[in-house]
Amino acid sequence: MAHVSNYNLDQKFDFTASLKKSIMIVLGLGVLLFVAGVIVSMVGGGHHDEAAEAGGHAFHWYQRVFANLWINNVYFTGIAVIGVFFFAIQYAAQAGWSAGLLRVMISLGNWLPIAGVLMLVVFFVANHDLFHWTHSYLFDKNDPHYDKIIDGKGGFFYWPMEKGSFPIFYIIRMVAFFGIWVFFFNKLKNLSFAEDNLNGSHDWSNIRKWSAIFLILFAVSSSISAWDWVMSIDTHWFSTMFGWYVFASWFVAGLSVITLITLYLKGKGYLEMVNENHIHDLGKFVFAFSIFWTYIWFSQFLLIYYANIPEESVYFVERLQSDVYSPFIFVNLALNFVLPFLVLMTRDAKRHGIFLKVVCSLIILGHWFDFFLMVQPGTLGHNGGFGLMEIGMLLIYGSAFAFVVFKSLAGKNLVAKNHPMLEESYHHHI
Amino acid sequence: MERDKNFVLGVFDDEDVLLDAITKVRGNGVKIHEVYSPFPVHGIDDVLGYKRSKLPIAAFLFGLLGTTLALTMQFYMMKFDWPMIIGGKDHAAFPDFIPVTFELTVLLAAFGMCGVFFVSSNLKPWAQPRIFDLRITDDKHVVAIDLATNAGLGEEKIGDILKSSGASEVNKKSFE
Repeated sequence: MAHVSNYNLDQKFDFTASLKKSIMIVLGLGVLLFVAGVIVSMVGGGHHDEAAEAGGHAFHWYQRVFANLWINNVYFTGIAVIGVFFFAIQYAAQAGWSAGLLRVMISLGNWLPIAGVLMLVVFFVANHDLFHWTHSYLFDKNDPHYDKIIDGKGGFFYWPMEKGSFPIFYIIRMVAFFGIWVFFFNKLKNLSFAEDNLNGSHDWSNIRKWSAIFLILFAVSSSISAWDWVMSIDTHWFSTMFGWYVFASWFVAGLSVITLITLYLKGKGYLEMVNENHIHDLGKFVFAFSIFWTYIWFSQFLLIYYANIPEESVYFVERLQSDVYSPFIFVNLALNFVLPFLVLMTRDAKRHGIFLKVVCSLIILGHWFDFFLMVQPGTLGHNGGFGLMEIGMLLIYGSAFAFVVFKSLAGKNLVAKNHPMLEESYHHHI
Repeated sequence: MERDKNFVLGVFDDEDVLLDAITKVRGNGVKIHEVYSPFPVHGIDDVLGYKRSKLPIAAFLFGLLGTTLALTMQFYMMKFDWPMIIGGKDHAAFPDFIPVTFELTVLLAAFGMCGVFFVSSNLKPWAQPRIFDLRITDDKHVVAIDLATNAGLGEEKIGDILKSSGASEVNKKSFE
C-alpha cells in the first residue's frame, strides 16, 4: 500500500524569476490603471458643484484614493488573518485531512504586519475623509452640527479622552488586534516549522493549545474590528449582524485564496501528496461558506427591509436606490451566491481544478465588491463608483499580497512533514 | 442454473485484504453479487466499480419542485387570492417569500431523497432481508458471488480464486 513517505516531503517552493515577473507585470498594470484613474478623477472632479451646493464638503479626488486604500486594507487584512484562523481551526478540531495544506494556510498571515502598518497610516492620513465621526464639532453641544446620536456613541472611539479629541480607544483596539493576530501568527508558524525537526505529538499539542487561545481572541477581535473599520463609516447606522457579515465575507475570500494557491502549487508539481480528495474538501468549504455568507447577507437585509425602520433601512436605501451602487448589489449576489451555488454543487466540479480556479477567482473579485459596497457609499456617496482607480488599486494590493505570500513560501518545506496526521491526510478519501 | 439462489461466500477478516481481494477477484473475471461488511469501508465502491449514485439528481429535482411550489403558492395567495398590505410592501414582495421558499425547498429535497432511496433500495417494512452470514454484523466481511452469473467458472474455481486472494473461509449458501 502507498504511504506518504513515498513522496518527497522536503520539497521546497522555488519562487522563480518568471513568476516574479508575472506578479510585477500585474503590479505595473495596476499602477498604470490607478494613475489613469487618478488623472480621470482629477480632471473630471466628480460632482464638485452639487456637493458644494448641498452644503457639504466639496469632493476631492484623493478621497476616492483613500476609500480605495481602505477597501483593500480591510479586505486583504481579512484574507491574511483567515489564513491563520483556518490553520488554527484545523488544530482545534484535530483535523487530519488538511495536514498537507497547513503551510499554505499559515503563509497568508505574512501579509498581516504590512496590513497593520498600512491600516494605521491610512487611518491617520485619511481621517476626516473616511470617518465622519472624527469631526470634533459633532460632539460640541454649541456647534450647529452637534450630533446627539454620534455623541452618544463617542465613548467607543474616544474613551478615556474627551470626545472629539484623539480617538485613543479606537487606535488602541486597532493596534491590539493587529498585535494579537501577528503574535499568534508568528507563534503558530514557528511552532509548525519547529515540528519539522522533531518527531512525536508534543508540538502538535502545543500548537493546539495556542490555536484554541487564538480562536477565542479572534472571535471577539474579528467582530469588533468589523464595527471599527467598516460599520463606523456609516456612523448613525448599526447592525447586530455586522461582525458575522464581515467575517463571512473574509472567510469565503480567504478560503478561495487558499484553494487557488494550493491548485497553483499542485499545477507546478508541488504538494504531491495532496490529491483530488483534499481539493474536493476545499471546494466544499468554498461552496458551504458561500451559502453561509448569503445567509448572513440576506438575514441582515430581510429584517431591515421587512421592519422598514428609517434609521435602519437608510443603509440599503443608500445602496439600492443609488444610480452608482445599485447594479453592484446584484453583481455581489451573482458572484458570491449564484455562481458558487450552481457551479460547485456537483461533486465533479469540486474535484476538478479548472472549475474551482474559475469560481475562486470570481469569488475573490465578488467579495471585493462586497467591501466596495460597504465602504464607498458611506464615504464617497454619489462621487464613488467602479472605475480605473478601483481596478488599479485592487491589482496593486493583489499582486503585493501574492508577492509576500509566495516569498514566504519559498525555500521552506511545503508540507509539515512530521505532522502526526500526515499519513491520515494522505489516505483521506471521500 | 437459476439466478439469485446459490452463492459462494468468501469470508474476510480484514478490510485492507478485502479491498485487494475484490480487485483480484474481479480481475479474474468473477462477477460479484454484493459485499457485506459490518462497517463502512472507504474506497470499496471504487474497487467494486460502482457508478456514482443518481440520488443527488433526485434531490436537486425535488428541491426545484419545492422552490416552484413555494413561490407559486405565495404569489397566488398574496397577489391574487387574498391580497394584503403588510408593512407597506407590494402584494408580491419577493424578499418576504424567500424564507418559506428556502424551507419548502429543503423539506421537499429531503423527503424526496429519502423516498427515492427507500424505493430504490427496496426498503419496505415487509421486506425480508436475506442473511448471508450472521457474522457480517460483527467482525467479518463477506463477498457474495452468484453461481448463476458466473456459470463459466464453476464453484471450485471461484473458491480457489477467493482463497488465493486471502479469504479466511469459503462457504456455500443457498436460498429457497
